[in-house]
Amino acid sequence: MENKNEDWSLVIKPKYSLLEVNLKEIWQYRDLIMIMVKRDFISFYKQTVLGPIWFLIQPLISTAVYVLLFNRLAQVGTDGAPPILFQLAGITLWMYFSEALLKTSNTFITNASIFGKVYFPRIVMPVSIVLSTMIKLGIQLALFFSVWAYYIFFEDANIHMTWAAWLFPVLILLMALQGLGLGMIISSLTSKYRDLRFLLTFGMQLLQFSTTVAYPLSAASGTLKKYIGYNPFTAILETFRYGFMGTGQFYQTYFIYSVIVTVILLVIGVLIFNKVEKTFMDTV
Amino acid sequence: MSDIAISIENVSKMYRLGQVGTGTLSHDLKRWWYKARGKEDPYMILGEENKRDAAGGGNYVWALQDINFNVEQGQVLGIIGKNGAGKSTLLKLLSRVTAPTKGEIKAKGRIASLLEVGTGFHPELSGRENIFLNGAILGMTKPEIKRKFDEIVDFSGVAKYIDTPVKRYSSGMYVRLAFAVAAHLESEILIVDEVLAVGDADFQKKCIGKMGDVSRQDGRTILFVSHNMTAVKTLCPKSLLLKNGRTEMSGETDDVIREYFKLNSAGANTELKERTDRLGNQKFRFTDVAFYNERGDMVNEVISAEYLRIRVYADCADDLDPRKIQFGINFCDHYEDIVLAYLSDEMGGFDFDRSKGYFELIIPNIYLRANVYNIKLLAFYENTNDDGMLDIIERATEINILNGDIWHIGRPNRGGKYAIIPGELQC
Repeated sequence: MENKNEDWSLVIKPKYSLLEVNLKEIWQYRDLIMIMVKRDFISFYKQTVLGPIWFLIQPLISTAVYVLLFNRLAQVGTDGAPPILFQLAGITLWMYFSEALLKTSNTFITNASIFGKVYFPRIVMPVSIVLSTMIKLGIQLALFFSVWAYYIFFEDANIHMTWAAWLFPVLILLMALQGLGLGMIISSLTSKYRDLRFLLTFGMQLLQFSTTVAYPLSAASGTLKKYIGYNPFTAILETFRYGFMGTGQFYQTYFIYSVIVTVILLVIGVLIFNKVEKTFMDTV
Repeated sequence: MSDIAISIENVSKMYRLGQVGTGTLSHDLKRWWYKARGKEDPYMILGEENKRDAAGGGNYVWALQDINFNVEQGQVLGIIGKNGAGKSTLLKLLSRVTAPTKGEIKAKGRIASLLEVGTGFHPELSGRENIFLNGAILGMTKPEIKRKFDEIVDFSGVAKYIDTPVKRYSSGMYVRLAFAVAAHLESEILIVDEVLAVGDADFQKKCIGKMGDVSRQDGRTILFVSHNMTAVKTLCPKSLLLKNGRTEMSGETDDVIREYFKLNSAGANTELKERTDRLGNQKFRFTDVAFYNERGDMVNEVISAEYLRIRVYADCADDLDPRKIQFGINFCDHYEDIVLAYLSDEMGGFDFDRSKGYFELIIPNIYLRANVYNIKLLAFYENTNDDGMLDIIERATEINILNGDIWHIGRPNRGGKYAIIPGELQC
C-alpha cells in the first residue's frame, strides 16, 4: 500500500517552498510561449487594413506632442540632439516598458477564465506578453532608426554613435526583465486585493516623469539628478541616447545599479508569482 | 497488482465564503500572526460538514474533506455526486488549477484536464491557429500537434472552414473543433468533466464513443465526472460517490449508482397529502407515491427500459366499496400532456386493500425515453363522470427516466418525452 519509494512524476501538495521554481517545466512549455506570442501579435491587427503599421502611429503622434510641449513650449534642452529624434527614442523605449508592465500586471485577472480550466505554468503568460510586446518594439525601433538614418545622412545633425551602442541588446534585456519582474510582482499582489490596480495606471504616468523620457538627465542637477538616477529606467534611456546619438554621457554607477535592481525585481517577481499561482483561483 | 497512476492522500480543500474585502485582510493578518507564532491556522478546523442549504457558523467551508483513493493505471474511474458534493473541486485540484489546503496528490505521467472544451480559443484566430493554440495550452508540443493535425481536422468535420476565424463558426462547429483537439491529447492521465453536456445528442455519442476507445486501446487512466449515469455506467467499471465533500462510497459502478439514487430520493414526496390543488370529493385521497427499482430500493430515477415499481399510498373512507374504485396513473410531460397511462378499469379491475393503505403498479420495462416525467393520479367511483370523482391530482410527483442502452450497442439512446419500444431492423 505504501509506495514511498516510487518515483511520482507529479506531486501536488498544499505548500511549496518559496524557491521551488520548476524551470524544466517552463522549458517544456516553450511552444506554448511562442504560440501565445504569435496569437497576441496576430490578433492585434486582424481585420485591419493597415495591419502592423498601426504600431507606428502612436509613437509618431506622441513624439509630435512632446516636441511641441517640452522642446518648443517649455524650452527643455536635448543635449544638442534633434528634438524629434530625442523624443522618439524616449517614447519608443518607455512605451515598451510601460506596456509590458501594464499587461503583465493584469496576468491573473485577465486570464482567470483560462487559468481556471487548465493547468500550464502560469509564468508562460507574462513571458509571452513581454515577448510579443517586443515584436512591437522591433517595429517601432525600425521607425526610430529610419528617422535616425535620415538625420545622419540628410540633415547632417550633430549626432554620432559611441561604443555604448554595443550595449543595445543588454538594454533591451534590461527593459524586458524590469517590465516582467515588476509586472509579476504587481499581478501577484493584485490577485487578491485589487487596490494596487488603481494606483498603477496613474503611477505609470508619474513614473514616466521621474525618468528621462522627455528630458535629458543633464537638465537636472544636484539631489534632483540623483533621485532621477534612482529610477532604474534612467540608465537605460541615457545609455541608449549616448550610444546612438552621442548626447549626454554613460553613467556607469547608474547602469550597474539598474542591472542589480533588474535582477532583484526579477527574482522577487518570479518567487512571488510562483507562490501565488498555486491558489490564486480561489481569490481572484 | 497493477501500478497506481494517481494516489490521493487525505486531501482537503477549504474555501472562504463571502466577498473579498477589508474583512478578508483582517483574517489574513490574524492567520499570519498565528502562523508567525507557530500556531495552527485558527480558520482551518476540520470537521464541519459542507451543507449548502444550512447556514453554518463560520465564513469558511470545506469543499472537500479527507479524500483518499488510488486510481490504477488504465482504470476509468467515474466520479459522481449531487451538485455541490465536491466533484468539481476535486477535478480542479487534480488538474492543478488550485492547490489543496491539506493532503497530497501524486501522479505518474502527464495529466491533461478537460474541464471545458475550447479553453483559450481566440475568436479572431482561424481554426488552424486555434488548434495549435488550444493544443499547446492543453500541454501538447508543436510537433505533436502537427502530427495529429489532419486527424483532428477529420474528427471535427470542419475542414472547409479551417482557415476562417472561429468567431464565424456556428456554436456546433466551435464545440466540435474544440473537442477534436482535446480528444487527441496524448497524456497518460485524462480528467474529463461534464464537457459532454454540450453539443447535440449525436455529438455526445461520438464523444462518449471516443472516450471509450481512448481508455480501451491506449490503456490510459481516465477520471470521468458526470451527472449522466448512463455515460458513467457505460464507461467506468468503478466509481466514487461524493457527498458534502466526503467520500460516501467507492466501488463497482452499479452499486455506487444505486447508492447515488438512494441519496437523491431521500426526503421526496412528503407533502403530497398536504396538497389542496386537487379535484374530487376526497373520500378517497392519495397521500404518497414512492418508486422502487428491481432490488427494492426506493429511488426517484430509473434507467430507460428497466424495472419500475410505483407504490401509491391512499386513505380510503369506510363507506366506499373498494372494488368500485377506478384508478389511473398517468405519466405526463412538462406540458401535462399524457405520454403513458395505466387505467385500472381496462386492466381488469382491482381491489384496493384498505388495511395495507397502498397499491402498486409494476412496470417490467419502463419504455420511455430519458426525461423528467410527472405523475398524475386519478381515482373515480363507479363512473368517470364529475359526480364519481374521488381524487385527481396533477404533478403528484416526478420520476426521472435516465438514458439507457436499449439497443445494446454500448451507447445511450436519445432522450425525448415519448416512448422507446424494442424493435429490430432487418434487410
